[in-house]
Amino acid sequence: MKPHGLQTLWVWLLPVAVIWILHFFCVSSIEPYYFTILMYSGINIILAVSLNLVNGFTGQFSMGHAGFMSVGGYVSAFLTTVLFEKYPVLSTALTAHHGWAGWGASDLVFLGSLLMGGLGASVAGYLVGLPSLRLKGDYLAIVTLGFGEIIRVLVLNIDTIGGARGLPNIPPYTTFGILFTFVIFTIFMVWRLVNSAHGRAFLSVREDETAAEAMGVNTTQAKVRAFVLGAFFAGVAGGLFAHYLRYLNPQTFDFNKSFEIIIMVVLGGMGSITGSVIAAIFLTVIREALRPLQTYTHVDFRMVIYSLLLIILMLTRPNGLLGTKEFTWFFRKKGRSIS
Amino acid sequence: MQLHNGTPNTALLIKNVSVHYGAITAIRDVSFEVKQGEIVTLIGCNGAGKTTLLKAISGLIKVSEGTISFKGDIISNTPAHEIVKRKICHAPEGRGIFLNLTVEDNLDLGAWTCKGTPIQKTSYQQDLEQVFSFFPRLKERRKQNAGTLSGGEQQMLAIGRALMGNPELLLLDEPSLGLAPQIIEKIFEITVKINQLGRTVLLVEQNALQALQIAHHGIVLETGKIALKGKSSELLASDEVRKAYLGE
Ligand SMILES: Nc1ncnc2c1ncn2[C@@H]1O[C@H](COP(=O)(O)OP(=O)(O)OP(=O)(O)O)[C@@H](O)[C@H]1O
Ligand SMILES: [Mg+2]
Repeated sequence: MKPHGLQTLWVWLLPVAVIWILHFFCVSSIEPYYFTILMYSGINIILAVSLNLVNGFTGQFSMGHAGFMSVGGYVSAFLTTVLFEKYPVLSTALTAHHGWAGWGASDLVFLGSLLMGGLGASVAGYLVGLPSLRLKGDYLAIVTLGFGEIIRVLVLNIDTIGGARGLPNIPPYTTFGILFTFVIFTIFMVWRLVNSAHGRAFLSVREDETAAEAMGVNTTQAKVRAFVLGAFFAGVAGGLFAHYLRYLNPQTFDFNKSFEIIIMVVLGGMGSITGSVIAAIFLTVIREALRPLQTYTHVDFRMVIYSLLLIILMLTRPNGLLGTKEFTWFFRKKGRSIS
Repeated sequence: MQLHNGTPNTALLIKNVSVHYGAITAIRDVSFEVKQGEIVTLIGCNGAGKTTLLKAISGLIKVSEGTISFKGDIISNTPAHEIVKRKICHAPEGRGIFLNLTVEDNLDLGAWTCKGTPIQKTSYQQDLEQVFSFFPRLKERRKQNAGTLSGGEQQMLAIGRALMGNPELLLLDEPSLGLAPQIIEKIFEITVKINQLGRTVLLVEQNALQALQIAHHGIVLETGKIALKGKSSELLASDEVRKAYLGE
C-alpha cells in the first residue's frame, strides 16, 4: 500500500477539512432539531461501521454493541465529570490554560477521555471475546447478549456514576467537528483494515473458518482482534454520545439499542461500509420521523418498523441494500499486494 | 510391518496415531512414513478416515494417541497456524475456497504465513507466477470472485492456494472429486509436476488406479486402520487392491 498511502490519505483528509469548514461557518445556522438528528446519525454511523467489522466482515454475531458503547460512555464521562468534581484543582488548572485557536485543555481532556473510553470497551471486549471466540459456533451471540445485560445491571448498582438515577451534568464537549472527524476516522480505519492482509484474514474467517485455519490464519486471534477493535469504536461512540446528550442512563444501552445497530448493519449489507453509513442515517431519520406518531398513539413503532424493514429486505434484497458493494470512488481498492 | 524412527530423508512420520471424534474412533493405531520428494497416496472407501488423517497432520484436529512428526520435530497437537509455518499446506476436502473473495485474495491468503518475512516476500511473486503457469485459467480470472469459478477451476484454486504457502509437504484431499475425466487427468499431471519441483505430496484419492499410477507408495486405509501399504507398483499388482479398489 505504500506508494498510494499518501494519495489515499488526501482523499480522507479532504472530508475532514470540509467538516471543519462546516463546523466553523455553517453548523450554527442549522435548526437544533435537525442538528440533533445529524449528530445522532454520526454516532450511529460509528456504531454501525464498527459492528460491521465484527458481524459483517468477520462473520461473528455480536449482540452486545450497546454494552461496549455503555462502557465507553461511562468511562469517558466519569473522567470528565466525576474526576473534575472530586478534584476541582484539575478543572481550574485546565480552564486557566488556553490553547491554540480555541483548542483548550478541555478538548485534550475530552480526547483523552474518549481514548480511555475506547480502551475500556476494548478491555471488556477482550475479556468477553477471548473465551467465546475460541469456540466455533454462535457462542458469541449468547455471551454478548448476556454481557449487555450484565453491564446494564452493573451500572445500575454503581453509585459513583449515578446508578439508576443516571449520570447528569456531563460537559458538552462533543461538537459537530469532533464527532464527524471521528466518523471519518472510524470509516477510514475500518476501510484500511478490511483492505489489508489482516482484513483478508478476517474475511477468510467469515468465508470458511476451517479453510482459514488450514491457510495458517490464527482464527481465534483474528476474531478477537476484530471484536476488540469493534468494541473500541463502540466505546468511543459511547463517549461522544455521553458528551453530546450530557446525561447517561444505563437503560439507554439496553438490548434494543444493540438490536438497532444490528439492524443498521443487516439493512446496509453485511460487509459494506457504505451500506452501514446509509442505513445508519436512514434509520436515525426514520426513528425521528416516527416520533410524533409514537407520542400520539403511545405505541413504540420502532420495533414494528424495524421488523417490517427486515421482512421487506429479506424478500427483496437478502444481502442487504448494498450486499458487499462499496461506493467505489471513495473506497477505491489500491495496492493489493501482500503486506 | 516394522516401526522405525525414520531415515534422514523421512519427511513425515506417523507413529501409532489414533484419532477420536467423541466416542467414535476414526483412526486406530496408524503408522507410516512419507519420504522427502515422494508422492504417497492414501486410498480407501468412504469413511475410512482419510480426511481425518490429513486433518490430524495439518493440526485441524487433535490426535488422541501416538505422534506425528515432520523432519524430526513432533507436530501433532500443535495449532494449525503453527503447522503451516513448517511448510505443510493443506488443500482441504471440498476445496474450502473463500467464495466471496477474489481469486487473487484467495491466493494471497494461501501465502498468509509468508506475510512480513522478507525472504518469502520475494518468493511471493515467484510462487504466484508458478501457480499461474500451472493454472493459466486462474490468471485470467484473478479479479473474479472465486464463487463464480467452475468446479474444476475452484479445485485448481484450492491447489494453487496451498502452493502459495510454498509447501515442502502438500496435502491434497480428493482433488479429483466431482471433476470431468480430462480435468482429473490435468490435476494428476500437475500433481506430478509439483512433485518434480521438489515438493513432497500426500494425496488422498478415491481414484485408486490413477493415484497409484503417479504415486511412489500407497497406503490403503480401511475403517481407520491400515489394510495394506507398499510400493504403488506392488499395490497395483496385488489381488486385494485390484478387487476392492480397481473394480476387477
Ligand atoms: N466431525 C466428526 N464428528 C464425528 N465423526 C466424524 C467427524 N468427521 C468424520 N467422522 C467420522 O469419522 C470417520 C472417518 O471420516 P473421514 O471423513 O476421515 O473419512 P474419509 O476417508 O475422508 O471418507 P470420504 O472418502 O468419504 O471423504 C467416518 O466414520 C466419519 O463418520
Ligand atoms: Mg474424505
